[in-house]
Amino acid sequence: MSQVRVLVGTRKGAFVLTADGKRKDWDISGPHFAGWELYHIKGSPVDPNRLYASQSSGWSGQVMQRSNDGGKTWEAVGNKFIYDGVPGTHQWYDGTPHPWEFKRVWHLEPSLTDPDTVYAGVEDAALFISKDAGQNWEELSGLRGHGSGPKWQPGAGGMCLHTIILDPSDRKRIYIAISAAGAFRTDDGGKTWKPINQGLRSQFIPDPTAEVGHCVHHIAMHPSRPGVLFMQKHWDVMRTDNAGDLWQEVSGNLPTDFGFAIDVHAHEPETIYVVPIKSDSEHFPLEGQLRVYRSRTGGNEWEPLTQGLPQSNCYVNVLRDAMAVDSLDKCGVYFGTTGGQVYVSPDAGDTWTPIVRDLPAVLSVEVQTLQ
Amino acid sequence: MIRVVIPAHLRTLAHVDGEVQLEITGAVTQRTVLDALEARYPMLRGTIREYTTQQRRPWLRFFACQEDLSHEPPDAPLPEAVATGVEPYLIVGAIAGG
Repeated sequence: MSQVRVLVGTRKGAFVLTADGKRKDWDISGPHFAGWELYHIKGSPVDPNRLYASQSSGWSGQVMQRSNDGGKTWEAVGNKFIYDGVPGTHQWYDGTPHPWEFKRVWHLEPSLTDPDTVYAGVEDAALFISKDAGQNWEELSGLRGHGSGPKWQPGAGGMCLHTIILDPSDRKRIYIAISAAGAFRTDDGGKTWKPINQGLRSQFIPDPTAEVGHCVHHIAMHPSRPGVLFMQKHWDVMRTDNAGDLWQEVSGNLPTDFGFAIDVHAHEPETIYVVPIKSDSEHFPLEGQLRVYRSRTGGNEWEPLTQGLPQSNCYVNVLRDAMAVDSLDKCGVYFGTTGGQVYVSPDAGDTWTPIVRDLPAVLSVEVQTLQ
Repeated sequence: MIRVVIPAHLRTLAHVDGEVQLEITGAVTQRTVLDALEARYPMLRGTIREYTTQQRRPWLRFFACQEDLSHEPPDAPLPEAVATGVEPYLIVGAIAGG
């Protein structure tokens, strides 16, 4: 019997939600690490019981946790994130140079082939790797050494590396995204990187088509087509069909193309989901109506999905890592809100039900499909 | 025997209840106390002092004997009452955040 396990990171702890393949009756465990911010929790695709979690707080900094039993028990592992060499400077909000300072881990991406290897995207933006199940961390410093680092600047949430995508067809190719620097790709396992921002247009930087400086919010990929990426930028929904060499806008008929989350259907590589948010200063849905938008055409043509979602007086946000899909048939779609709701659609977005309504603000949602 | 009180969320992280008791040979200073604490509980490394600078994290304070020792040199001797276990060394979370 299939099972799904939803890993939810919140402002005040982690929660694990489990159900059978019907995705109707849910068991809720948590809070784990009560009182701490859990920016991200993710399981190894090789060993689903191996989970990694990023735990942090303003008082005590970064802690890393690892579970070997699917989240029943956890142990603290290595939390020493030291930039390679002299860290250098990036731009501060006012444009002045500011030294690189480690603050927290935003995103964890376990290897597709080795449960002991995991990547961490951190603030201030850098990419780290652990090859011993989280005990020790080493920076892949070719990214910051690309040369454009001094031009990177923080977005409102900090200068974070928040997206890591591993190419399942090419173990040396990795995509990452940084707010507000843009997207980057390595084709040699992280030694060298190139910005992949051609086609992006951002009005908040002096040169709207600059090589770096774009506030990319999130990127999603379908594993069967690793050269096709979908991006939710600060404003604009974009896609590329050539591994990021050129992007084109696919916002189409969206009522607003600002947002954070974006994901791809597990079985239909041209079906994508976004949650439009009103604007950069009003981080809530248009007209108080929480609507997921689905495109079955890889963008441009979008339909609102509303059944089961609040259609009045709803002013929550859906953050960049707070949407995920399972791989059951039909594909399940999940997202969490800053109001503490986690919604599931067991039918690819046609209908929605809250799994829980009153968690702390949700920072991240990941789903594991277990056989 | 040195008595140390750590904040509730760090007690949870270290899997301890109540005060921590440490044996220290040699000088009893803030540095030797924190070194001993981290040696006993490695999961606390980086949570009280920054890894790179060994500076106190800004939202934590160090108290003992009704005095704020947060800005004292790390190698200065702690009060005799702390060194003899009469008074605890307190690591306190600032009233900040939410």
